Amino acid sequence: MANRGAALFVQAMLARAYVRIVGLGRDPAWILTDTIFPNLGMCAFVLLYRALGAPRGYEALALVGGVLTTFWLNVVWGMGAQLYFEKMQGQLQLYFAAPCSRLAILSGMALGGFASASLRSLVGVALAVWVFHIQVAAFSVGELAGVYLLTMFALYTLGMTMSSLFLLYGREAWHTANALTEPVYFLSGLYFPVRSLGAVGAVAAGLLPLALGIDAIRQILLGPAAQGLLRLRWEALALTAFGLVFLWLARVALEHLEGLAKHEGRLTQRWQ
Amino acid sequence: MALSSGSGGSGGSDMPAVETLGLRRVFKGSRGSPEVVALAGVDLRIERGEVFGLLGPNGAGKTTAIKILNTLLYPTSGEARVAGHDVVREAAEVRRRIALVSGGESSGYGILNVRECLWMFSQFYGVPRAAANARVDQLIAALGLEELAKTRINRLSTGQRQRMNFARGFVSDPEILFLDEPTLGMDVNAARELREFVLQWVRERAGRTVLLTTHYMAEADQMCDRIAIIDHGRTLACDAPSALRRAVEGGQHVELEVLGASDGLAEVEGIPVTWGAPHPERGTHTMKLRLADGGRLPLVLRALEARGVAVRGVSTRETSLEDAFIAIVGRGLDDVGPPP
Repeated sequence: MANRGAALFVQAMLARAYVRIVGLGRDPAWILTDTIFPNLGMCAFVLLYRALGAPRGYEALALVGGVLTTFWLNVVWGMGAQLYFEKMQGQLQLYFAAPCSRLAILSGMALGGFASASLRSLVGVALAVWVFHIQVAAFSVGELAGVYLLTMFALYTLGMTMSSLFLLYGREAWHTANALTEPVYFLSGLYFPVRSLGAVGAVAAGLLPLALGIDAIRQILLGPAAQGLLRLRWEALALTAFGLVFLWLARVALEHLEGLAKHEGRLTQRWQ
Repeated sequence: MALSSGSGGSGGSDMPAVETLGLRRVFKGSRGSPEVVALAGVDLRIERGEVFGLLGPNGAGKTTAIKILNTLLYPTSGEARVAGHDVVREAAEVRRRIALVSGGESSGYGILNVRECLWMFSQFYGVPRAAANARVDQLIAALGLEELAKTRINRLSTGQRQRMNFARGFVSDPEILFLDEPTLGMDVNAARELREFVLQWVRERAGRTVLLTTHYMAEADQMCDRIAIIDHGRTLACDAPSALRRAVEGGQHVELEVLGASDGLAEVEGIPVTWGAPHPERGTHTMKLRLADGGRLPLVLRALEARGVAVRGVSTRETSLEDAFIAIVGRGLDDVGPPP
């Protein structure tokens, strides 16, 4: 007797997550391409701050930004592009014909992406600590873990929503995401306190889960030196709200997409 | 008239495996092109335990029908039930009972090995862990994939990958298996082994049903208990292969390899002609016709000579499923129009 309902959801999610997790051990090129290369920007800023004689806190500030870049790249290109990739590979229709929920498969992609990106970010942290001897203030591990998980929740549910949009709009969404990469990095304050953007910039940053996540983690690790945008509690609340809204949007977008595929006879095959 | 339904509309083992009534699907034309009627009211009834073939030329509506039955496409009108469940209103129930294998598909992820890929798909169907592992092992053995079980998919040859895709269709042990041109591009031996595997699978499991679309007449003839011939979205005939052959028996089936066929030649001596694929290396074409009386062949040859058509070869054969198909549809599966 096959599993149904929640059991099937979890089963399908774990099976899809397995692909990403097992892939880490089989394609060690990621150590270079997904860890060392993306963190070179962070290294540059650490060296710059050091050369300028900036307070040591700025180095930790750049570290948090650099580490979270790994997740952002994973969310946009690993999550957002995934359904489009499945379509081009020709197996999207197999997912649509399977009894498990499409949301379970997307959740599996997110879970696997989160697990693999966490491992990658740990390498980034190790690099920063061992090579640059970056120092942080005393912090609560529980608080850090909580904010980290909320940030991941908001980021990966955004990725799940983007996945449907990428599939729906194909190359246009691809180009748009590409074009928005640097503005998102800028507004998220990857290598500087986002408060430096001024009131308007700070409001814009407040609408980005990446910016809020970075700012919240900085506040935990650096305390007042982080020059936080909002109070930590409000940022945690906003991240939770973002995650829930994006999860709902992902579900609605998937249902819309499936309806469209069935009505118009397209989307599920690469030539349609 | 409505389709048969169990109590409360739920499926049951006494229900036919597949049933459609007036199934119609129209695709909107894009950029001003006219709409396309892919299915124009197809009626089918496939009993449990049958291997049922769907035959038709390209564009006949086979894949559209398969997609509707697999809950991937809505019908424009009409009804379709799979395992007693409506494909629109009870799509989730249908999906629990079916599996789809398409020839030339590329399922799975290159980073996984064959065993992991099959296991992954079993999980999407909710197969419990122990049963999934046992079934994957059985399929790997039955389809001769033992040596490839731990090979990554991106290192498989096309044929090996097709074999794995084929195995994927069985991991959920579906009640109804849809095979959409499953042996497309396979070598002869591999295709024969897979056909035998399907037939054995159906024999060993009471009530399991296979709906097959194929371009290979011999495959349909060998495998199917019954065949529906569809063209332009309509069912033209539906019967056992032997019955379809009997319906057009009589006379002699002649194939002529001709050179210099005249423009738009559609008949010779009042006998309709169909055209097979050209032989560009020899500059000839294959002309097919059925003679009610074998004694008329010399007349036909003389008539062709008079029209300036040189006959390079003549062959005659017994009535085949392809002959039946041509008689019903008016052209062969791979036939083209008269040579220019």
